[in-house]
Amino acid sequence: MRSSSLSARAALLSALIFVLLLAIWHVATLQAPAPAPAQNLTPEQIEYLKLQGKDPGGTETKASGFPTLKDMWATAAHHLAEPFYDRGPNDKGIGLQLAYSLARVALGFLLAAAVAIPLGFALGMSPLVYKALYPYINVLKPISPLAWMPLALYTIKDSSVSGVFVIFICSLWPMLINTAFGVAGVRRDWLNVARTLEVGRLRKSLTVILPAAAPTILTGMRISIGIAWLVIVAAEMLVGGTGIGYFIWNEWNNLSLTNVIFAILIIGLVGMALDWLFGRLQRAVSYVE
Amino acid sequence: MDSFLTVDRLSKRYSPGADPVFEDVSFGIERGEFVCIIGHSGCGKTTILNVLAGLDVASSGHCFMEGREIAGPSLDRGVVFQGHALLPWLTVEQNIAFGVKSRWPDWKKTQVLEHTGKFVELVGLGGAEHKKASELSGGMKQRVGIARAFAIQPKMLLLDEPFGALDALTRGTIQDELLRIVQDTHQTVFMITHDVDEAILLADRILLMSNGPRARIAEIVLNTLPRSRTRLTMHHDPQYYPIRNHLIDFLVTRSRAIQQSGHAAAPVVVAPGLAANEALQKVA
Repeated sequence: MRSSSLSARAALLSALIFVLLLAIWHVATLQAPAPAPAQNLTPEQIEYLKLQGKDPGGTETKASGFPTLKDMWATAAHHLAEPFYDRGPNDKGIGLQLAYSLARVALGFLLAAAVAIPLGFALGMSPLVYKALYPYINVLKPISPLAWMPLALYTIKDSSVSGVFVIFICSLWPMLINTAFGVAGVRRDWLNVARTLEVGRLRKSLTVILPAAAPTILTGMRISIGIAWLVIVAAEMLVGGTGIGYFIWNEWNNLSLTNVIFAILIIGLVGMALDWLFGRLQRAVSYVE
Repeated sequence: MDSFLTVDRLSKRYSPGADPVFEDVSFGIERGEFVCIIGHSGCGKTTILNVLAGLDVASSGHCFMEGREIAGPSLDRGVVFQGHALLPWLTVEQNIAFGVKSRWPDWKKTQVLEHTGKFVELVGLGGAEHKKASELSGGMKQRVGIARAFAIQPKMLLLDEPFGALDALTRGTIQDELLRIVQDTHQTVFMITHDVDEAILLADRILLMSNGPRARIAEIVLNTLPRSRTRLTMHHDPQYYPIRNHLIDFLVTRSRAIQQSGHAAAPVVVAPGLAANEALQKVA
């Protein structure tokens, strides 16, 4: 009962903080009193002020250019009403853009897993391979994934595939290192059980080492998917075309801050969902010794 | 050299220049015999067992089972590990079935489960088949370990202090069960223990090791209690205290004295409590 009342109180506090943040936003973007209509300006002067972004005669003048809650709400409603429309390269629904980003992340991540998990097994099982590859991993790991972009664009010659490659390279390292670590750390006793039962190499890998190392491997995958979701936004800003990162950059060029803010929120929610998903997977494969 | 299992001048050193942990260890085990080995920590008991299991290699010497040299682990020798070594992501049934599937890879699923079920019942774990290792008590875990080793029907069982981590009550119950199963199946067993009473209850012969380094088998004690002994009644047998005292005296004083005297002699065969001749004749 105590813990349930704790979570109830935490939820209440969260809700209060949310309301407080909205209130601060609302107050900060309150409309300033409209300036006196500028009667004495010539049409040319009014035109000039308008070009500067000031509206000398209007009532819509804001304290700053920052969108109000009402603007935000309108934008969100507009996007959520029709998330998947496609009206040409610069006007796609936010759901469609998200789908592009998620597809790139999924592809790059799966390719990375297909390389990192077998290679991590080799590293974890063979001290020779581990020592031989250790320096390469240590040099390659700290390189920002975006630093590969020019090289990827030059060699692959396709911006979309280059994005996938960048996701691949940034997802690789945490999965590789965690797999190697998990495989090397499998308890000697369990391996001895397999040895005394004359279990073959492949069966031992699949039925003893893989389940024993699975929680550590999943931790690596969870870190990787987090990094991949961080990197995809930056990568799409660079390569352009489609995706949630490109959407943000495009809306910045359109000076539509409501769209930018809405996209930021969506990125956060999707990242949270991905992390939750891998958390569930992690729990599914974990065991108590 | 004609025993079922023969250990011939085994020794082990961990670095080339160092004193060997044990040296010149030779003994034989007959088919159907239960042999315990007792000695202080550091005399290399577990290493000897691991060499027999094929998990470790000796620095010199050889082991033979049925005339063939032991080189690597084999399904012919079942091992019960000190820390039970259950695979924690599997249930009781799956842990035992893992061994069964390794022994008979061609068996169908129903056949594996049927065979597994028999051994679940044998160690009295009926009803707990679908529990994970973490949901079991220490005694139940060790029962699963024993069932896994028995289920592959090995020619020989190797037990590394299987009851060391259990409380006295549980230990007693499982000792009784092990005794019953071994007597029913005529299993050949080699077991490490620290518990003198456990050795007297279970073993036909008890190997006593002097302290390490340079440990060796100093004495071979014949258990002169009848095989029908039970845990509850054996302390009333007139043979019980002479054997027990002999073992404890060895562990308290002689194990160290023999190490310090230094010279390696062949192990002495003793039968405490009976006139030595009588006992030795009985064996011969």
